[in-house]
Amino acid sequence: MSAIGAPLKRREDPKLLSGEAKYVDDIQVPGQLWMGMVRSPMAHAKIESIDTSEAEAHEGVHAVYTGPQLQEMGLWIAPLPCAWPVTDDMVNPPHYPLATDEVHHVGEIVAIVLADSRYGAVDAAELVIVDYEPLEAVASIAAARDGDTMAHSDLDSNKSFHWPLVPDPDALDAAFANATHTIEAEFVQQRLIPAAMEPRGVLAVPSPMGGDVTLYSATQVPHILKVMAAATTGIPESKIRVIAPSVGGGFGAKLNINPDEILAISLANKLGRAVRWTESRTEAAFSTHQGRGQLQKIELAADTDGKLLGCRVHVDADMGAYMMLITPGVPLLGSFLYTGVYDVPAFGFTCDGYFTNLTPTDAYRGAGRPEASYAIERAMDILAAEVGIGPDEIRRRNYLGGGDYFENLEVPSTLVFDSGHYGPNLDKALELAGYEELKAEQARRREAGDSKQLGIGLVTYVEICGLAPSRALGGLNYGAGGWEHATVRLLPTGKAEVVSGSTPHGQGHETTWSQIVGDKLGIPPEDVTVLHSDTAISPLGLDTYGSRSLAVGGVAIAAACDKVVEKAKQIAAHQMEASADDLQFEAGAFTVSGSPDKQMAIQEIAFGAFTAHDLPDGMEPNLQEQVTFDPPNFVFPFGTHVCTVEIDEDTGNVELLSYVAVDDCGTQINPMIVEGQLHGGIVQGVAQALWEEACYDEDGNLTNPSLMDYLVPSPTEVPSMVTDYTVTPSTSNPLGVKGAGEAGTISSAAAVMNAVVDALSPYGIRDMDMPATPQRVWRTINDAKNGGAA
Amino acid sequence: MEVSMSVNGESQTSDVEPRTLLVHHIRDDLGLTGTNIGCDTSSCGACTIHVDGQSVKSCTMLAVQADGAEITTIEGLASDGGELHPMQAAFMECHGLQCGYCTPGMVMAATSLVAENPDGLDETAVREGLEGNLCRCTGYHNIVKAVLSVGGGA
Repeated sequence: MSAIGAPLKRREDPKLLSGEAKYVDDIQVPGQLWMGMVRSPMAHAKIESIDTSEAEAHEGVHAVYTGPQLQEMGLWIAPLPCAWPVTDDMVNPPHYPLATDEVHHVGEIVAIVLADSRYGAVDAAELVIVDYEPLEAVASIAAARDGDTMAHSDLDSNKSFHWPLVPDPDALDAAFANATHTIEAEFVQQRLIPAAMEPRGVLAVPSPMGGDVTLYSATQVPHILKVMAAATTGIPESKIRVIAPSVGGGFGAKLNINPDEILAISLANKLGRAVRWTESRTEAAFSTHQGRGQLQKIELAADTDGKLLGCRVHVDADMGAYMMLITPGVPLLGSFLYTGVYDVPAFGFTCDGYFTNLTPTDAYRGAGRPEASYAIERAMDILAAEVGIGPDEIRRRNYLGGGDYFENLEVPSTLVFDSGHYGPNLDKALELAGYEELKAEQARRREAGDSKQLGIGLVTYVEICGLAPSRALGGLNYGAGGWEHATVRLLPTGKAEVVSGSTPHGQGHETTWSQIVGDKLGIPPEDVTVLHSDTAISPLGLDTYGSRSLAVGGVAIAAACDKVVEKAKQIAAHQMEASADDLQFEAGAFTVSGSPDKQMAIQEIAFGAFTAHDLPDGMEPNLQEQVTFDPPNFVFPFGTHVCTVEIDEDTGNVELLSYVAVDDCGTQINPMIVEGQLHGGIVQGVAQALWEEACYDEDGNLTNPSLMDYLVPSPTEVPSMVTDYTVTPSTSNPLGVKGAGEAGTISSAAAVMNAVVDALSPYGIRDMDMPATPQRVWRTINDAKNGGAA
Repeated sequence: MEVSMSVNGESQTSDVEPRTLLVHHIRDDLGLTGTNIGCDTSSCGACTIHVDGQSVKSCTMLAVQADGAEITTIEGLASDGGELHPMQAAFMECHGLQCGYCTPGMVMAATSLVAENPDGLDETAVREGLEGNLCRCTGYHNIVKAVLSVGGGA
């Protein structure tokens, strides 16, 4: 049986289940110093003075530093990096690990203490006295746009950049001029707190005699962190080793270069002592970036039948106080997806990025694409109502390729979709959900005036992932490539080792990679060891984000296996005295055409390659090959989700009755892992729709930073889900794989809100902001009953 | 202050600051780092252990309050020979974990939930019984499946 496609149990699990796995905070070293952060309680203020004397005198305190002192010590030679300057004139005020004279968001670090214990560091940080001169804060995108107050006192505008993607402005104007139906809608993508269950943490361990330093970090991106730490601290790259040990989820929040990481590595290097820090959950609301934070305006133009003619989008995006690693690029990642799965002849997108005095935003599961998917999928429902047809019918009429199979299709946003087959995917989802029966039940309840109304939400999404062709990233001014590296070696014992540049934090890479290697080399997956997440072991890599691991990293591994087999074939031909052209490789062994008794196992060849006693002339010993795969195109997974909600009109409570997802991520390596990714992704999107929002007051204070106040769903909030698949292999890579890590999140917020609005549509309600909390739903119903439809 | 407790069958005596949380004592003093910390408001349940047979969020207790107690952490759940406890095995079988960070607490909460309901649990009871444990990866679907496979009754 082929290892590809098998729901193999995860080899990662025993260590995780037994408590043996080591996350950063689990690793203790002798002589370590704990960092305690003194954070600004104000969103915008001048630092007048900092009194560190009491903290310095506290027992167990090694040192207390302010921003200017650390700058003076040369702790950094450059600001924290933004790798995605989206325009040449993008405004990007310097962002140092500590504020030096003005703070720009609550939680910005103004001083640090180093103490000899976990508790001592927190105690001492509380003894630092900072005198602030408060300044007016910019606490929303709307306030930033108004421009009465500046988020940075030395800037004369809050706008950082304007980014347009309008391939043909005249065609776009003509589309709207010729339309029978036009609709316009505005949506709020509220700020979200990513809340991976493991808080971020760092531990930097120097080797004082060797002059190098090892940084353990709860990061998704050890390779990028290594480069950026060198560039930011001035420590030579060759002296830095970054290890991401077990990492407890990321969802984009661990895809950054953070002040704490730079402080730890640079202080350890300067002091010759190990330095560590672990964020508390409430601190994480300030010390780790947030997601979303956009105001969207979308306009659709359609003909009499509801066939789309044009789509025009503008986004105002909240950067927060500073540009972090890819902050400004997040809305751009979504820009290409505002036409969704639809054939839209004319398209235009513009985006303005604004600074506010709030925690910086950056990637959060989906990063720009859930926002885009939400806008187009909500807008399609609004258009369907305008045209007077059902949500399924409006979609069917507009699918790319008419819903039939297509490949390598150029869409107006200038991308080429690898492959799609939307019609059967929709059919399958509707059937699985019992769509007609649901509609009948909805009609029955409406007729009966039931206080619990049914809403059915439908979404067909597409996403762009597998980041990414390096040239495409270059075209978008992104500061890195999108390749991934893999090394595959067969050891003398016949076991395989694979070194992956892709770094897991819950995705099960070790299991999946062993399946690919097992399948390709014809050896049992359990004979494959997977090495990763340590820049000393895996020096080349671009890490894990944007649902890229399999579509880029996995493909690199498969290609490296192919090279191993090719070399093995030359050895086998030589040793079996046959022509390589006459050899077949199957189930881990080479056979010779016409000579069924002649056979060599790949393990045997591996030993022969190691001893090198009898290799073809000029051939290097050993069986080891490497591949750096730069994908020729992105991948475009798609799917249809159907969500059913019940809304209690008396309380405004929204209950999820069912959630059906039919996804298509191309070829699946491990369907069990794919399904798990979808489950988690779906619930994260559902949570945006119904519960989660980082709430700020007008002074820029986050009013719900803890898990007491910020509702990460518990098991009682969500139902079990129904998942199924169609399989349309990608044309972007030889495995035919697409990504699955973000797909659930990309579709589910829109599916839920389409259901919520559908339930309330008899009141003339056309839209509602997220999250659809009981209070908001109840008020919306009441307002509608009292005459003012939303 | 001196505290003594039995942890996974071994008696442990330590000198701790009176304010030390039980979870920090277990992790930092005893080196049992399988018990994780996911929040600071006793909301997430990552630090769930058994204290005298009951599941407890170990961040809600001081180490000194556990003086004389019998503690079981995730490290004490598998057999001495290293064979996974049926609940651990069920989580692996049903893919009830991804990043694994909530997992020790989730497994400890689940074993105690099942023990408290010898007549069997249905899906609602499992979800309600695990309400104090948060997971960001799985959407709970497979966690519920795993717990039902062990404690779902006949």
